[in-house]
Amino acid sequence: MELGFSAIFRRDLLLAFRHRAEIANPVIFFLIVVTLVPLGLTPEASRLAEIAPGILWVMALLASLLSVEGMFQSDYRDGTLEQMIILPQPLYLMVLAKILVHWLVTGLPLTLLAPVLGMMLSLPEAGYLPLVFSLLMGTAVLSLVGAIGAALTVALKKGGLLLSLIVMPLYMPALIFGASTVQRAVDGFSVDGPLAVLGALLAFSLLVSPFATAGALRVSMHG
Amino acid sequence: MLTTEPNTDLFSPNSLDLRALAFERDDRMLFSNVGVSLKSGDILQVEGPNGCGKTTLLRIITTALSPSAGQLLWQGQNISQVRQTFLHNLLFLGHLPGLKQALSPEENLIWWRRLNQSQAECCNNEVLARIGLRGYEDVPCFNLSAGQQRRAALARLLVTKASLWVLDEPFTAIDKQGVSELESLLTEHSARGGIIILSTHQDLGIPGIERLSLRHESLGQKALDQNSPFVVDVA
Repeated sequence: MELGFSAIFRRDLLLAFRHRAEIANPVIFFLIVVTLVPLGLTPEASRLAEIAPGILWVMALLASLLSVEGMFQSDYRDGTLEQMIILPQPLYLMVLAKILVHWLVTGLPLTLLAPVLGMMLSLPEAGYLPLVFSLLMGTAVLSLVGAIGAALTVALKKGGLLLSLIVMPLYMPALIFGASTVQRAVDGFSVDGPLAVLGALLAFSLLVSPFATAGALRVSMHG
Repeated sequence: MLTTEPNTDLFSPNSLDLRALAFERDDRMLFSNVGVSLKSGDILQVEGPNGCGKTTLLRIITTALSPSAGQLLWQGQNISQVRQTFLHNLLFLGHLPGLKQALSPEENLIWWRRLNQSQAECCNNEVLARIGLRGYEDVPCFNLSAGQQRRAALARLLVTKASLWVLDEPFTAIDKQGVSELESLLTEHSARGGIIILSTHQDLGIPGIERLSLRHESLGQKALDQNSPFVVDVA
């Protein structure tokens, strides 16, 4: 049981390390887009502070969406996915390992970078900690949900648009409760409620996503 | 070099039965009524023109695809009931080599062995040297030629404990010497009591090899080679 999980986990981390440029992509996208906001809208601190929570969350979501497409693609192209499916080991654990690695190399860096970008958008001080906590859980939800879409579209030549259409509606709850966590903190309200909902979303997708993704991969490989 | 040190461990008797397998895709019958019985020591060559369903048939045997009709039996039991034991005994090499391009042949082999729960982490260098990749153990696969990548994938044959080998076009991109070495490796596996199913367009120099010919359904009924001694169903 443990074997498939740890073997895939270690292999994918090693591969991510070998493809450093690809890992940097979403982080650089996040950085660039957020840098452009004050230039395009207004450099005025008070107006930026109003929109900062929403902007940071939307951009983190798009950055995550950008990277999710490739989650199974290289495995599909080089035939390792074909091998994984017929291993005498539970596929959902191997899938979970892949999702975990995806989160470690995209969601986690985005989360750690967010406070710095919050400073650039003059996010009020009360928002920083809720921003980090909401992104920490939220990006994990995004990786888990995105994996289902990535698995469904892996065999398609141009699955990018379809993937966005499948995944976007499922991203909405995470975005709504993530952004409202930060907004409520800035406005001086308690953030327990939205954070709890995010936690529930995380628990639910953690439970469902590996099974759904494994099933979707089997369907894709049938083509 | 593909010759192994003589390995005399014998496999326990195995049997694989294909019963009246059929596969339909987009309302087109790819093949139907394919039936074969294989037992320890058998080598089956699946042949036929391009697009006749060789790869599909092999993927059905690996359980990655399910047939539209018919049954697969392993040791006389339906494969869905003994899927775990069957997969433990299965080695599949597809069209795609299943190598991670950013990893070296050695890393690929180590990763594959870990996933397949084969114990030994040792001798990977010796195995790669025997397969003809001495000096390339640490070179990333994207720097290797097509033939070398194929060899890196074939290295699995030397470390696997599986008794059933399903090989899809294993001779692609392999040089002449490699072909004869691979043939002797197949003969040896068969002598140890293993079963091999492979698809290839080459005429193999292995005595006693059985053939299964698939034809285009549109050009006539798909049938097994009449000379084959273990034909169960003839369409």
